[in-house]
Amino acid sequence: MTFKHMKLALLAATMLAPASAALAQDVTLTIESWRNDDLTIWQEKLIPAFEAAHPGIKVKFTPSAPTEYNAVLNSKLEAGTAGDLITCRPFDASLSLYEKGQLAAIQDLENMKNFGDVATAAWSTDDGSATFCVPMASVIHGFIYNAEVFEELGLTPPKTNDEFFALLDKIKEDGTYVPMAMGAKDQWEAATMGYTNIGPNYWKGEEGRLALIKGEQKLTDEPWVEPFRQLARWKDYLGDGYEAQAYPDSQNLFTLGRAAIFPAGSWEISIFNEQADFEMGAFAPPVQNAGDECYISDHTDIGIGMNAKSANPEAARTFLNWVGSAEFATLYANSLPGFFSLSNETVEMEDPLAKEFVSWRESCKSTIRPAHQILSRGTPNLWNEMWNVSANVLRGAQTPEEGAATLQKGLASWYEPQQK
Amino acid sequence: MAAEQPKRPAIRWHIAVFLAPAVLVYTAVMILPLFNTLKLSLYTDVANSQVFIGLDNFRLLFGDPRWAGQFWNALGNNVWFFVIHMLVQNPIGILLAALLSNPRLRMRAFYRTAIFIPTILSFVIAGFAWKLILSPLWGVAPNLLDLVGLKSLFQPWLGKEAYALTTLALISVWQFVGIPMMLIYAALLSIPDELLEAAECDGVTGMAQFWKIKLPLVLPAIGIISILTFVGNFNAFDLIYSTQGALAGPDFSTDILGTFLYRTFFGFQLQLGDPNLGAAIATAMFAIILIGVSIYLFGIQRRLRRYQF
Repeated sequence: MTFKHMKLALLAATMLAPASAALAQDVTLTIESWRNDDLTIWQEKLIPAFEAAHPGIKVKFTPSAPTEYNAVLNSKLEAGTAGDLITCRPFDASLSLYEKGQLAAIQDLENMKNFGDVATAAWSTDDGSATFCVPMASVIHGFIYNAEVFEELGLTPPKTNDEFFALLDKIKEDGTYVPMAMGAKDQWEAATMGYTNIGPNYWKGEEGRLALIKGEQKLTDEPWVEPFRQLARWKDYLGDGYEAQAYPDSQNLFTLGRAAIFPAGSWEISIFNEQADFEMGAFAPPVQNAGDECYISDHTDIGIGMNAKSANPEAARTFLNWVGSAEFATLYANSLPGFFSLSNETVEMEDPLAKEFVSWRESCKSTIRPAHQILSRGTPNLWNEMWNVSANVLRGAQTPEEGAATLQKGLASWYEPQQK
Repeated sequence: MAAEQPKRPAIRWHIAVFLAPAVLVYTAVMILPLFNTLKLSLYTDVANSQVFIGLDNFRLLFGDPRWAGQFWNALGNNVWFFVIHMLVQNPIGILLAALLSNPRLRMRAFYRTAIFIPTILSFVIAGFAWKLILSPLWGVAPNLLDLVGLKSLFQPWLGKEAYALTTLALISVWQFVGIPMMLIYAALLSIPDELLEAAECDGVTGMAQFWKIKLPLVLPAIGIISILTFVGNFNAFDLIYSTQGALAGPDFSTDILGTFLYRTFFGFQLQLGDPNLGAAIATAMFAIILIGVSIYLFGIQRRLRRYQF
């Protein structure tokens, strides 16, 4: 008897559960993401804020490991089991999803007006006619310095290139600290925090980047070779054995207070805040001559779009529109200092270091990394080659001119506008 | 009674039944994937569907100066990786085995275990431990060299084109020297005592005994070890990937066939993967290993003299 009752109760429960959900008209949206580091921030701050303002829509954040994300997402999308909302990698990875009809176009969302062309470029078709992800965050490059070391040695952050090297000379002369923490072993440090960090001041940001895409400039032109020459000068100021120094080594060297300057991306801010027990400051990549217009690498990194086959398109659009709002921008930027909103709305931030980074947007012009849009579609892959060549130049294994020639030859081998 | 017996022997089903599990499993996990890979290398992806293109992938791999350059660079590095193993790992393995089989050696079990332990470590652990040991910032290597007054000899080995590959090969030797040691040790132990006593009666002792009696008797074991090393080295990937990354820096000086295959097949950073060209590289690796093993089987193993005890 009891067994029979139990069965009935179970049966009733299974039948009633979906019915009650349907009665309440609750819609659950699932977010696919690679940012598993951000899980608690989504669960404790972002999702409650959204749900409070939009009763009837529930949101679930279900991240996977960063290295597996692209593969997992692709197979889920093909099997039709992917979530309603898709966190977008910049450029070609997401573009190919859109072209396969797996991401929906969302340029007509009301809050898309809050984003400029540079912000949406990473998630738009080449002609800019369709946009398929709402830009969430970018990372800015610059230099983080140990403020206590600067005070001890009586140094001030440099504005021009000459001041920058004079400063490095002083730290080197003093001898207590390694002037700059960077290694050549992992290669991407040299490319990301070296070449594309200081480069925009030479190739004039977007102007040079677009000229390269159109084929009007070559990587062997002066604005593209000069940053390599500057990078080659850095090797005298790095730690002993920097050739075998990896990225975590550089981070530790700086947070342990043994190095004075760290060529950085803003994503370091939250890590450094946790690990370093000294005051830090930041300065933008130095310009060539005092009074020159300055450019910064403000690289679009994360966006969020909508699964074209989502069962709840209206709710998903509501959520995306909210991601485009000033409210989300403020919440996100303050929860994750160093990931900056791409919105045109003013975002108030509390972290002093993050504030310093983002203040450069007002005085300088933003650009993204030059190899990411269109130019890395062929083989050899320009971005991979940039890693290798930047590390070679930093180690002195290639001269700046040879390095630039390698890049140009590789790009021209498959990219038509560069073959003229 | 006699009429009931069959004229021909019955089909011996039990042979097929006993072979079936191994054959089925081996076919499913080894032979089918192998032929699928070979097939994959003859196709290419056009607008999300596979199109047959014959040998075009191989034409690209060996004809295009860029791809061919990378392939020959990887192959050259791989050969050097193998040469180091043959010149360092196997002689050291033989030496250790000879020392271990010396009856006067004490604490034999301890040495044997200690030398063999790295073999069972994961590549990632070995790679990471050595990366730390050799680190110019926190490693013990510079300090140890300093203690004996040789600090000037220290180099950031893993970051220099001239040394990185040799350093990695030596790390791999450190990890795997236990295997030749064990195999040869076992071969040495199986030499009958009568033989050695007879040699002693004839006045062949000490080093002469090793060179003239023991070494010829363990040659077949050394042959097996060489071919295992060859196959292992040309399939190597993990150590390089875990210490140097997929771009096998500095400047591709540690790029071997395994890392080259990985980069091509799965893609890296902004470079999207190309499974078809990757399969072409895998096929080339398969051919290289097949040729190497054939040369050994038909050219060397048959000429090795075996002794019956």
